[in-house]
Amino acid sequence: MKYFQEEIERMPREQMRKLQLERLKHTVEDVYQRVPFYKNKLDEAGVKPSDIQTLEDLRKLPFTTKEDFRDNYPFGMFARPMKEIVRIHASSGTTGKPKVVGYTRNDMNTWSDLIARLVYMVGGSDEDIAQVAFGYGLFTGGFGLHQGLEKVGATVVPMSSGNTEKQIMLMRDFGTTLLIATPTYALHIADVLEEMNVPKEEIKLKIGMFGGEGHTEEMRKILESRLGIISTENYGLSEVMGPGVAGECIYQNGQHIAEDCFIIEIIDPETGEPVEEGKPGEVVITTIKKEGIPVLRYRTHDISYLISEPCECGRTSRKLAKMQGRTDDMLIIKGVNVFPSQVESVLLGINHIGPYYQLIVSKKGYTDQLEVQVELTDDSLLDSFSKLEALEKEIQHKLHVVLGLVAKVKLVEPKTIERTTGKAKHVIDNR
Amino acid sequence: MMLVKQISVFVENARGKLSKVTEILAKNGINIRALSIADTTDFGILRLIVQDPDKALAVLKENEITVKSTDVIVVEIDDKPSGLNSALVLLRDAGVAVEYMYAFVSKRENEAYVILKSDNAEQAVKALTEGGVRVVPSKEVYEL
Amino acid sequence: MAKYWNPEAECMSREQMHSLQSERLCSKIKEVYDSVPYYREKMDQAGVKPEDIRSVDDLHLLPFTSKQDLREAYPYGLFARPNKDIVEIHATSGTTGKQIVAGYTKNDLAIWGEVMARTLTAAGGDENSVVQSSYGYGLFTGGLGAHYGAQTMGAMALPTSSGNTERQIRLMHDMGTTILCCTPSYALYIGETIRDMGLDINEFQLEAGVFGAEPWTVEMQHEIERLLNIRTVDVYGLTEIIGPGVAFSCDQECGIHINEDHFIPEIIDPETGEVLPDGTLGELVFTCVTKEGMPMMRYRTRDITSITHEACACGRTLARMKKIQGRSDDMMIIRGVNVFPSQVESALLDITDVAPHYMLIVDREGTRDTLEVQVEMTEQFFSDEVKQLEKLEKEIFEKLKSALGLATKIKLVEPKSISRSEGKAVRVIDKRKK
Repeated sequence: MKYFQEEIERMPREQMRKLQLERLKHTVEDVYQRVPFYKNKLDEAGVKPSDIQTLEDLRKLPFTTKEDFRDNYPFGMFARPMKEIVRIHASSGTTGKPKVVGYTRNDMNTWSDLIARLVYMVGGSDEDIAQVAFGYGLFTGGFGLHQGLEKVGATVVPMSSGNTEKQIMLMRDFGTTLLIATPTYALHIADVLEEMNVPKEEIKLKIGMFGGEGHTEEMRKILESRLGIISTENYGLSEVMGPGVAGECIYQNGQHIAEDCFIIEIIDPETGEPVEEGKPGEVVITTIKKEGIPVLRYRTHDISYLISEPCECGRTSRKLAKMQGRTDDMLIIKGVNVFPSQVESVLLGINHIGPYYQLIVSKKGYTDQLEVQVELTDDSLLDSFSKLEALEKEIQHKLHVVLGLVAKVKLVEPKTIERTTGKAKHVIDNR
Repeated sequence: MMLVKQISVFVENARGKLSKVTEILAKNGINIRALSIADTTDFGILRLIVQDPDKALAVLKENEITVKSTDVIVVEIDDKPSGLNSALVLLRDAGVAVEYMYAFVSKRENEAYVILKSDNAEQAVKALTEGGVRVVPSKEVYEL
Repeated sequence: MAKYWNPEAECMSREQMHSLQSERLCSKIKEVYDSVPYYREKMDQAGVKPEDIRSVDDLHLLPFTSKQDLREAYPYGLFARPNKDIVEIHATSGTTGKQIVAGYTKNDLAIWGEVMARTLTAAGGDENSVVQSSYGYGLFTGGLGAHYGAQTMGAMALPTSSGNTERQIRLMHDMGTTILCCTPSYALYIGETIRDMGLDINEFQLEAGVFGAEPWTVEMQHEIERLLNIRTVDVYGLTEIIGPGVAFSCDQECGIHINEDHFIPEIIDPETGEVLPDGTLGELVFTCVTKEGMPMMRYRTRDITSITHEACACGRTLARMKKIQGRSDDMMIIRGVNVFPSQVESALLDITDVAPHYMLIVDREGTRDTLEVQVEMTEQFFSDEVKQLEKLEKEIFEKLKSALGLATKIKLVEPKSISRSEGKAVRVIDKRKK
């Protein structure tokens, strides 16, 4: 087993806790001085940076939420001047405005180190030809993996997402050995490979590094047998870094947490109190090595639990189990985070349609599909097919602007979407 | 023979494209019994019931027009409220889906004709006939 | 505001440049002769030995490399380093064997960052800049090229990638973008969309634009400058050589400076291959003297232009080329993407055994290039159901998108409505103003 940064990855627990405490103290001091948002928050909670004396004192700090990102849009959470920020990424927020994060040069370096660790963990090296089928751009997925793979010295093929036939063509022509994708997209690739009757020996894949969404053990088995790979998953979110927060090694039993950079707590989402070790709860992350935008106790809304048993791979970190679900209504569709509230904000701004809507999420083969149904209330459009087409296109375009996802729009007759007396049921997830 | 040959023609949505088709039919003395147009932004499909579908097919092809024939059924409906409904209920109950339909009125009083394209013509004919709705034989349709 | 990113390289005397190029060329030729069998064979056939190249003046002795060579060597045949040293791959659109594949070592990426930093500095950029890269990211070199330049310069890179224009504009406003990188036609489109959204350009922080990947006229340049209230830099490049950053314009509007310490330019007669003097129009040819992954020898770009070696009023001594005047083949550039009519044909053949008649109509809708593909309806395709025909349109659309990397408008037309000509069929109507 090779390690990218053995000293950190195999650091004894006690030493790691000491390192974490030191960095935590520094981070809290840093944000208290530099970020008015945190100063106010800590003052309100009556906590001083000097109150943090042990790792357990972390619990005294207030939580940070996705709403805080929204309220401080775009740069209010940044802890460094723009001059030092060399990169911006963003992920979808709960309404129209994205959550914006900034990276300093050191952050970029840390990030690529974390990915490089993951690459070694799954048996990757500079000999690999790595095809990145994640989207590039503001989304952290493509870039995150790209930089780490480059650091390892692998040959990076920045294919970006979509265009499956071309993905496969390159996979054959270039002899791709390592595939980066969402697990559902990898399954779709496997399907298309079969449809195209590509002989197995023409595909040289060995490793899958999947993220953006979790995969079940059944899915893992299917991927491994159909693509002839070892299938691994990793975890991350742009608010705290992007991919690289945690990832599986070849033993595939939990995701090694980069504990020198992140402290992970598991809490009861109702009370905010820590749950018993090993019990599931909401994942809360504190960054302890970030400069551009350090985040204290960020509530991810992801549900998981911690694994403390030592791993066969020799790494000493605790591990994060596969994600078990969400504590809010966020959906992950094709690896993109979607909140029903975003759809609502778009639909309310469009004429001719009613206020009722429904999201139908389904799978076509292994690919996620999002259909948005809205009621057509303006019957003056009915005599013209082209006007209806134009309306559908308008809705589709506006949804794309906000969600970054192409949804199928279906206009339905008034009163066909179920009305409920209580909370409206906006989502039907058929996956 | 219960199935009627309908002629479908591809037409671009542009001036003069429709009359080009009707002109060819007129020149060859082919009478149009019924028609409908399904249109999108760019193109349309002209569906025709004519007196002599084989001839129509041949002359249109000669003129390099994209054309094909499709089997549809023609149903006689009493020209009164709920006339159409009773036929559609029969099809629904038989599990037959209607792809599209259009209507025309007959020269005889109190009767209308509905042209139906279904996903299972045979079963549609069976369900309608057994339910007491008259399916008009092709020969009669061409001679209307 | 620094005027040059690398004054030693950008402003060195012609004598210094001559000796630097000569030194780099001689060692590069030795290297490729030893490490790339393809070049070795080519040189042996032409009867040239590495020792014959004693200075840049002997460059004309070397054989040319063409797109055809890249196709024959697909995918890795022209790489001069083992995969272990290659850290990144880029490629143009196209199907197996038709696309151009380029491999970069870590040093190559550093060179790329360097030449793009020169470009961004010429646009007035520095470490305080916010650089929005609205080129597509991925295998296409546009997005990452601009990105690497921004990072090398120490600016803040905002990788919005292409598309989703309204979101681009909101981010441009909210993030305080100072330099925009994209195709010129997309810049115009962004300008118009800003206007249509009822926003005031003076509320943006935009200062400059670095535009390229497609030819644009001086008129268009002025239109963009007026619409976005910025100064503009024309950036030239191609995947085979490195991507964007091969050459860039300065504030003198007198041509595009070639980074000739890395890429040596020549102008040749496309028919005879003979080297033409300064100021004469001909085909542009490049030789890479610093690249490691895939150093191209006398690569024929098919772009028509002329060059001059006279010093520029901006202080740079780098040779200058004119804006691209045309192509010596049938390639079109649509929204920054290279399109060959033959790609369309082979994509249509994927759907049916017999390729239907087709025609490409290239136009400019407002400021955006559009590609309409007209396909003649045949009996084999025709259905009497609208949804089937729509499905067919969608299938053609997807195939073409996959093959070209470009969204097209598909129009099904009646048979024989596409004009047939004697001899070579007219497949393309380009309605864009030259």
